Amino acid sequence: MSEELVLVGLAACAVSGVPGLLCARSTCAGQWISALILLIGCGLGLAGVGVFWSGANSEELLWRWAIPGGEFRVRMDGLSALFLVPVFLIPALGSIYGLSYWKQTEHRENGRKLRLFYGLLPASMALMLLARNSLLFLVGWEVMALANFFLVTTEDRDPQVRRTGWLYLGATHFSTLILFALFALLASASGSFQLRPLHENEISRHLAAAVFVLCAAGFGLKAGLMPLHVWLPGAHAMAPSHVSAMMSGVVLKMGIYGIVRVTSLLPNPPLAWGGSLLVLGAVSGVLGVAYAIGQHDLKRLLAYHSIENIGIIVMGLGLALAGRSLGRVDWVVLGLAGGLLHVWNHALFKALLFLGAGSVIHATHTRDIDHLGGLAKRMPRTAICFLMGAVAICGLPPLNGFVSEFLVYLGLFRTLDPKAGPTLVGAAFAAPALALIGALAVACFVKVFGVIFLGTPRSQQAAEAREADWSMIGAMGVLVACCLVIGLVPGLAAPMLTRAIEAWAPELPASDVQLTTHAPVGWISAMGLLLLAITAVASLWLRSRLSRETVSVGPTWGCGYAMPTARMQYTSSSFGQMLVGLFAWALRPHRQQPADLPLFPGAASFHSDVPDVVLEEGVLPAIRWISWLCGWFRVLQQGSIQAYLLYIFLTLLVLLFWR
Amino acid sequence: MEAFVIGALHMLTAIVFPPLMLGVIGKTKAVFAGRVGPPVMQPYRDLIKLCRKGSVISETTTWVFQAGPVVGLATVLTALLLIPLGSSFAPVSFTGDLILLAYLLGLGRFFTAVAALDTGSAFEGMGAAREVTFACLAEPALFLGLLVLAKLSGSLQLGVMLGDSLTTHWATAGASLALVLLSWFIVLLVENCRVPFDDPNTHLELTMIHEVMVLDHSGPAFAMILYGASLKLFAFSALVLRLMLPMGGGPAWLDWPIFLGGLLLVAVVIGVVESTMARLKLTHVPTLLVAACLLSAFGLVLIAR
Repeated sequence: MSEELVLVGLAACAVSGVPGLLCARSTCAGQWISALILLIGCGLGLAGVGVFWSGANSEELLWRWAIPGGEFRVRMDGLSALFLVPVFLIPALGSIYGLSYWKQTEHRENGRKLRLFYGLLPASMALMLLARNSLLFLVGWEVMALANFFLVTTEDRDPQVRRTGWLYLGATHFSTLILFALFALLASASGSFQLRPLHENEISRHLAAAVFVLCAAGFGLKAGLMPLHVWLPGAHAMAPSHVSAMMSGVVLKMGIYGIVRVTSLLPNPPLAWGGSLLVLGAVSGVLGVAYAIGQHDLKRLLAYHSIENIGIIVMGLGLALAGRSLGRVDWVVLGLAGGLLHVWNHALFKALLFLGAGSVIHATHTRDIDHLGGLAKRMPRTAICFLMGAVAICGLPPLNGFVSEFLVYLGLFRTLDPKAGPTLVGAAFAAPALALIGALAVACFVKVFGVIFLGTPRSQQAAEAREADWSMIGAMGVLVACCLVIGLVPGLAAPMLTRAIEAWAPELPASDVQLTTHAPVGWISAMGLLLLAITAVASLWLRSRLSRETVSVGPTWGCGYAMPTARMQYTSSSFGQMLVGLFAWALRPHRQQPADLPLFPGAASFHSDVPDVVLEEGVLPAIRWISWLCGWFRVLQQGSIQAYLLYIFLTLLVLLFWR
Repeated sequence: MEAFVIGALHMLTAIVFPPLMLGVIGKTKAVFAGRVGPPVMQPYRDLIKLCRKGSVISETTTWVFQAGPVVGLATVLTALLLIPLGSSFAPVSFTGDLILLAYLLGLGRFFTAVAALDTGSAFEGMGAAREVTFACLAEPALFLGLLVLAKLSGSLQLGVMLGDSLTTHWATAGASLALVLLSWFIVLLVENCRVPFDDPNTHLELTMIHEVMVLDHSGPAFAMILYGASLKLFAFSALVLRLMLPMGGGPAWLDWPIFLGGLLLVAVVIGVVESTMARLKLTHVPTLLVAACLLSAFGLVLIAR
């Protein structure tokens, strides 16, 4: 039942943009129709997930397929159900948001294309999550990659957008290539393209190691793990904001799903796998947020934070994998529950932040943080939503980010406990890394929120900004509510997480994998509510004091200087200067400043930015070298049909005499 | 009934005692400088006076400006429920309470810094940037110390980690604990903006960290900030003291007086440090904080096997 509902839902999503193609470019009818169909599709999909969780038995659906090795084999389990929730939730909210953000009447030339691929993206992801055949999985994967490409290049008139699109397309096809190898290896071990858990004696240790490395590389590229993240910041920055929300919130998670799924199929993971994921996750987390601090472009900054959060998720997975190697149930439960809950949480708060960023960009037409300021007065509702997202992404209580990071912390601290079984003391060093990530995220979001929304406007556009429409605020409001609910009542998510853990590690006894026995989720609720209560009392006290005493309004204290201007405020670069300096060994920031100022200085300018080191100094030079190498083959390609016919003839001749 | 009395005693101490520590620090510094100094109860009088005053609010600010002091105080109050004082356990104690403690203080820092940016003043932006930057290095040091305690006690509850079993650990793993103690004392000084990291008495805005963030607050809101700062000093001092002086082994009626006396001693030590040391150059602060992290990390390595 649940699979059928999801399949119908994803079909509705897939065709949601088609009726819009038949509507005129100059009317808004098409966008309403496609949003409605997408909402119905997403509702059906979520209903399917609900049916699965309510305990209905899931049955595998199987239809034969003409492709050799291919078959339409779909089945839902705890893992796919968990990932399906953001796949249907975020696009539904994004399409409501898009009604005002990307109005057909304002974007006549690309609005219809955008909506066509916007519906196709969740449909392909849902198909991928249900697939139990690797060829079917790859079909979903490739549709997802291409739909995403067309969404990134929505504004394809802009050469910068086209360049970013090419980079994205190259990266995603590189990962597809790796996945071909991965699934071929898996098929050679299991004898078919069906995705099923392998038995110990079916796969050799070396083959399993090769599969794991391919899986970490191929899916890690999609998820944006450092140093495979090069495509990510640009693509997120160039896409329309509700597309960025879906890409960061959902599409990246498909890489995580791939890693989780493939590791669940492999028997007896060695300790090195979990250890390497932990290291990769910690590196991604710390460097991702360090890069974010150096950015001026709001959406690039948020994109780097996605890398950070993917790092936290991968740390959880690594811990779970190590726990499976050593037979430590508590590591498995806490690591996997923390990682998977962070998949949800990141989808919620990152979508919220990208939508908030979209509202800001819609109102001011700039992505440069240093041109904004004082927006909290002009756009109070957007400001509150963005603030909630910022608190959540920093992992601060009482919002949802704290809960998942808490679980990962708890798991990492457990690696020190010798009484419960074998340990891995080195893993504990990931806990201070997580603390560093959290503190850096606080620094970064104080900067972002402060520079964009507080103080005085730094430009004309910011001073004239107008509050976003109801549909944009409404979509953000739903996400804020979700963040609050998970943060205050994490116990609600516990049964779903337990189902996912059971699906990932079926060898563990079901009674041991209950999340509630390993983590004090009740205390988190109680302390969150208490914090809110104390805050309410304190603010009431302050308000009553202020109403009784004289309150006068004056200018900000400028230490005696009477003519302050908006340009004297701290900017994002000045705010991050010390931290960027501390991480200069990895970030290699660029600065342009006047060397020596004369006694009576004239006009001077200062500029600083943090480009992506891996892209600028690693990938791009490598690509240039490869294209230079391939230039030698141009001798063969003269453009004359006769020459090509000769090549074909020669090839046939060689094949004829082969052996 | 007994648990209720102890809980009430805990909260009473946590609410009433902290400003006294500021008074003791002030008195110690005065003695070192050869002055009489303000009476030790002066911080209480300052707080009461501020509560009765009116306020001046900057015209550039929004509600965020008021939320800073409110959330700052609420988070420390909530955090104090988690820190064990004179009795072996705090009123709220559960597995992983240490993580909640650190993140509650992080939430307070977030709102204090955001409220500073709300004024649009370059000075307050500067203070906020410094505060969050130094916290990035202090936080790992705190967690590395917690890892050492978790490894030694085999528990993730502050009450057990800082409980009477520490007495035996001081004998067996004293070197590790001494390293953590030093590292946490550095964290205490930086988190509470004391010399050598920041001078609470400085009059030059350019050199301030915490004080400059709250330049524009006045009246009852400023009272909340000052009171919250004293609570935070109390919280960190309690952690450091419990590490030095494990509670819960002896008779309960003796523990509380010893604990409160110990806190005053910590205040005197802070006063002595402030009187005998000069402020560090701002660019040297990160170096010392990295050293604090390394101290705790060495402590963990020593007991890793």
